[in-house]
Amino acid sequence: MLLLTCPNCGNRNVSEFRFGGELSSRPKDPSALSSTEWANYLYMRNNVMDAQTEWWHHNAGCGLWFLAERHTRTNEVIKTYPYAKRNA
Amino acid sequence: MWRSHELKKRYDVVIIGGGAHGLACAYYLAEEHGITDVAILEKSYIGAGGSGRNTAIVRSNYLTPEGVRFYDESVKLYEQLSDDLNFNVMFSQRGHLTLAHTDGGVNTMRRRAEVNQIEGVDSRLIWPDEIKRLCPYLDVSDHPRYPILAALYHPPGGIIRHDAVVWGYAHQADVRGAHIHQNTEVTGIKVKKGKVTGVETTRGRIKTGTVLNATAGWASTITTMVDIKLPLTTIPLQACVTEPLKPFLDVVVVSGSLHVYISQTDRGELVMGASVDPFSSYSMAGSLTFLEGIAGHVLELFPALSNVRILRQWAGICEMPPDYSPIMGFTPVNGFLIDVGWGTYGFKASPIAGKTLAELIATDKTPDLIAPFRLSRFEENDLVGEKGAASVGH
Ligand SMILES: Cc1cc2nc3c(=O)[nH]c(=O)nc-3n(C[C@H](O)[C@H](O)[C@H](O)COP(=O)(O)OP(=O)(O)OC[C@H]3O[C@@H](n4cnc5c(N)ncnc54)[C@H](O)[C@@H]3O)c2cc1C
Ligand SMILES: [Zn+2]
Repeated sequence: MLLLTCPNCGNRNVSEFRFGGELSSRPKDPSALSSTEWANYLYMRNNVMDAQTEWWHHNAGCGLWFLAERHTRTNEVIKTYPYAKRNA
Repeated sequence: MWRSHELKKRYDVVIIGGGAHGLACAYYLAEEHGITDVAILEKSYIGAGGSGRNTAIVRSNYLTPEGVRFYDESVKLYEQLSDDLNFNVMFSQRGHLTLAHTDGGVNTMRRRAEVNQIEGVDSRLIWPDEIKRLCPYLDVSDHPRYPILAALYHPPGGIIRHDAVVWGYAHQADVRGAHIHQNTEVTGIKVKKGKVTGVETTRGRIKTGTVLNATAGWASTITTMVDIKLPLTTIPLQACVTEPLKPFLDVVVVSGSLHVYISQTDRGELVMGASVDPFSSYSMAGSLTFLEGIAGHVLELFPALSNVRILRQWAGICEMPPDYSPIMGFTPVNGFLIDVGWGTYGFKASPIAGKTLAELIATDKTPDLIAPFRLSRFEENDLVGEKGAASVGH
């Protein structure tokens, strides 16, 4: 994967972006979590060898944090989209 | 060196992953505990993973007392390994230099030297004059962008022939009765009432009560089969070698600030590596970005190498834990054990990891040496932070 498509800027060299890790869901009420649940949120990862939804930051460009679906075995990018459109 | 076998219907112990870790564990199970009804299942060929792709640095100058103690036991095992395995693993304890280019770097090196010395490990802070004596071609002047201020010097550190370690353990495990099954991929794990009962493979089913996950970069793909999540992210790490040169570099040189390390093999090639790739992946493809980056950084250290050609480059995959320490031992699933979290630094631990896990399997108890590395440390908020000694140094 050499190009990544920023939802604002279009195709850019991947070196313009910073990888932000797999998408996980934030706990609704952090103060109610047990230490196991807290550790799960902070540390545990699916780390799939498959299509993965993940964060990218266009840090040398427009500054947008957005989502990408990428195959982690081939690095093929299936699509990229703004966080707000994640369930569309 | 090792034989092929039919897959038996049942084994006492099944080890997933035919890297140095899995093979070492099989060897110590037989050698120290008389457990020989053992299968090693490898989806490809033995040494196809990190064990055949690493840059073979062995050292014990870590940052935490737990880490130093653990890795130092491994160095001691490596020192006698050629004799133990009756196979020359070419362990060359030529000395290891970690360069510091900033005041913060010097402080970390000083702290590491103190911790190392308290644990009885030969390790000390040295200054540019001594660095120059050990490594005359290194630019220790104040001209570079990041001048060298000091180094952590670790005389027992060095390099080893990684394939020989894999083959030596495989041979001696085979001689003692373990079955090495190559081209045998694990596709599922059977669990009944919270206890492991067997594994499914591309060559059929096996019954067993004890499974060890020693698949390093692929560790998460195995643990999902038993519904366990691990604190791991798999990221490629790349390396390259140059054409052979006359011997001129007889220490291992590492620079954390420049994200580079370099050593010269017995054949004269320079082996060089950097930090992990910028994003997670299971792909083992190399990149030009890596080559450009490493070439620039190596030239800052050794300007004399500007005309040397790169012969080849490659990548392996590394399962990175948040605290740069391994995760070893029991899991919530009875009989399902892990030996993972080896990141970019796990080859040097192969002997001691194999030995302590063999003891854990034989006695059903966690040896003291690896208790700090238990999986439950994450929910107990008891991490073993090794980033300062493991992120580039391998
Ligand atoms: C470029 C590079 C440089 C490195 N440099 C150093 C260094 O200088 N010093 C150091 O100490 N460490 C270094 N490392 C890290 C080191 O290589 C690893 O931590 C170590 O080799 C892990 O050994 P292992 O036996 O646990 O796993 P591996 O050798 O990776 O073996 C795991 C095996 O599991 C197999 N497998 C995966 N999935 C399945 C399945 N479903 N069924 C069956 N088998 C499966 C794989 O094919 C593989 O052979 C480096 C790594 C890389 C990539
Ligand atoms: Zn953009």
